[in-house]
Amino acid sequence: MGKVMPLEGNHAVAEAMRQINPDVVAAYPITPSTEIVQTFAKFHADGKVKTNFVAVESEHSAMSACTAAAAAGGRVMNATSANGLALMWEILYITSSLRQPVVLTVVNRALSGNINIHCDHSDAMGARDAGWLQIYGENAQEAYDNCIQAVAIAERLDVRLPVMNCLDGFLVSHAYEMVEVEEDQAVADWVGPYKPVMPLLDIQSPYTVGPLDLWDYYFEHKRSQIEAYGPAKAAIIEEGKRFGEAFGREYGLMECVDLDDAEVAVVALGSTAGMCKDVVADLRDKGVKAGLLKLRVYRPFPAEEIAAALKNCKAVAVFDRAASYGAACGPLYAEITSALYTSGLSVPCTNVIYGLGGREIRPEQIADVFDSLNDVKSSGQPAQPVSYVGVRG
Amino acid sequence: MWAFAVKEGITVPKNLKQLVDSPVRLTAGHRLCPGCGEPITVRQVLMGTDDPVIVANATGCLEVSTTIFPYTAWNVPWMHIAFENAAAAASGLEAMYESLKAQGKIDADANYKFVAFAGDGGTYDIGFQALSGAVERRHSFLYVCLNNQAYMNTGVQRSSASPLGAHTTTSPSGRTSVGKQMVQKDLTECMVAHEMPYVAQSIPGRWRDLVGKAEKAFATEGPSFINVLAPCPLGWICDPADTVDIAMLAADTCIWPLYEVVEGEYKLTYKPKEKKPVDEYLQPQGRFKHLFKGDEGAQMRQRIQENTDRKWEQLLKKCGEA
Repeated sequence: MGKVMPLEGNHAVAEAMRQINPDVVAAYPITPSTEIVQTFAKFHADGKVKTNFVAVESEHSAMSACTAAAAAGGRVMNATSANGLALMWEILYITSSLRQPVVLTVVNRALSGNINIHCDHSDAMGARDAGWLQIYGENAQEAYDNCIQAVAIAERLDVRLPVMNCLDGFLVSHAYEMVEVEEDQAVADWVGPYKPVMPLLDIQSPYTVGPLDLWDYYFEHKRSQIEAYGPAKAAIIEEGKRFGEAFGREYGLMECVDLDDAEVAVVALGSTAGMCKDVVADLRDKGVKAGLLKLRVYRPFPAEEIAAALKNCKAVAVFDRAASYGAACGPLYAEITSALYTSGLSVPCTNVIYGLGGREIRPEQIADVFDSLNDVKSSGQPAQPVSYVGVRG
Repeated sequence: MWAFAVKEGITVPKNLKQLVDSPVRLTAGHRLCPGCGEPITVRQVLMGTDDPVIVANATGCLEVSTTIFPYTAWNVPWMHIAFENAAAAASGLEAMYESLKAQGKIDADANYKFVAFAGDGGTYDIGFQALSGAVERRHSFLYVCLNNQAYMNTGVQRSSASPLGAHTTTSPSGRTSVGKQMVQKDLTECMVAHEMPYVAQSIPGRWRDLVGKAEKAFATEGPSFINVLAPCPLGWICDPADTVDIAMLAADTCIWPLYEVVEGEYKLTYKPKEKKPVDEYLQPQGRFKHLFKGDEGAQMRQRIQENTDRKWEQLLKKCGEA
């Protein structure tokens, strides 16, 4: 049996990392993920982990060292936020292209400029094409659970891709919640031993990692990488079920709240989805057929599953905690409307850009969005779907 | 002070027969240019140990020319991630090795060596931070700078290693310019300032010097650094057959002195019998051709000579030879 204890989101992730006990952690601190790294450094200093902890001089070197350490042949973890993730950008693509199962906790924070330390999803959204799986947690419990599952998913032989374990900066990372922490041995057993694939440290079988790859082979290599994300989706579902069987908390690609008969629904990632649950419950009490799609897995993007979940809705609002500059809409909206169109569904959708740089969002603002969907329900797809909640002017 | 010391007993380099019998770790058939100083350097460095070697390679000529998929010229585990992170990649490889060894997953008797190869672009400039960080962290690895004094892989652009007066495509000589106006960074001294256990400068031409330094570096616990002047016939505009001779002239003019710094102690490893004027080194290289025309060229050559003399005198003092 696990033990329920009050933990900040960052501490919950650090606990998971202690229990996973990776071979190498190479990390560089950045707000609001700093506590993960420093808590883990203390575990290391107290001899609670076997990990070789490398306090590198930048996030670029952090991801470089992590990628190399993974290729060398062991389990590797790391944590970062915002500009730290941006500094890793070049290497993120290389980690996934080399199929190294690194697990990176991303404590979501607004990208500069201007500099801001609070939550939005611009960091991880910007990395959405980098080839990493992205799993978003709603609260500290999910951050803990997702961190453990991320390792198992990344390392599966039918996946072998890096995973970002995303949680909202400050809102989750620095908020105390009651978290059920499983027994150390149970977590270690559930994750299992690391299975190296062509480790560079196998000196009997030398090979070349990261060669020059030109017009004659690069495309085939990229195509084979693209093919890996289908099995990854299935693996996430399987590992979510297996986690549920072991610990009683089952996970899938998304969480659907009252969607079966919902006429108006919202889609959200991360901690905002938790607030949306309360709003949906209030609205249901008032007789409004409201629903929520809490998207857990953004990469691989579960297009068909999302379309199936929203197919009976009369109007949907997609919440984006990130702007896509120069684009017609936010990133989540773009992909959800694309998924609906491809599935032959014409569900009217609006796009709410909110919460940039940690701007607060309140239940009444979400309730207002549901209200606005009543008009959309009757008038159909608006020509100008994007609105901004919580911003002056 | 020196937590990671050079091991005792590694003072005599391998003899020629032993070198010839050393395992071939970078094979022939790669696509580097004729006369390139890099593969000569790499082969000599890798002769410096018979232990297993794992290579981290920065983006650059060596990387692109030895690993064109589906071919590779490497007989050892080899990894390339990007341009500016060879030292960070080496530190990750070494960190995993140390972790697995401490856990008993790699034999306790294992003695793997880690070596990073990067050009001067990947070392002096874009990779300087990663190198400084990895050295400060005291990872056990050898970092070799294949210093051809410009960004040769992209077509001869100036780096902070490009010497005073050199023509490159981004410091071109012209009507109002006599090539690069700034003195090159003294990276070897920067690395000495890191108080690392072993730092050296060498050239591929004096193989006994280079292999011997590599042997010492590989025997070092903790980080070691060798800065090797590796002539580039394409960028230096010289005859590919003259690579070794030009490297020797760099040592004989003291423009590129051969020395080592062991635990902070400087030692000259080659003292020319007669210190030749720098013109003898500059003349055969097209990148300095413009310095042999007009007063401004002569003034620049004078500046190069004075700078060389000043640095040489400083080095002699450090080596206790002044």
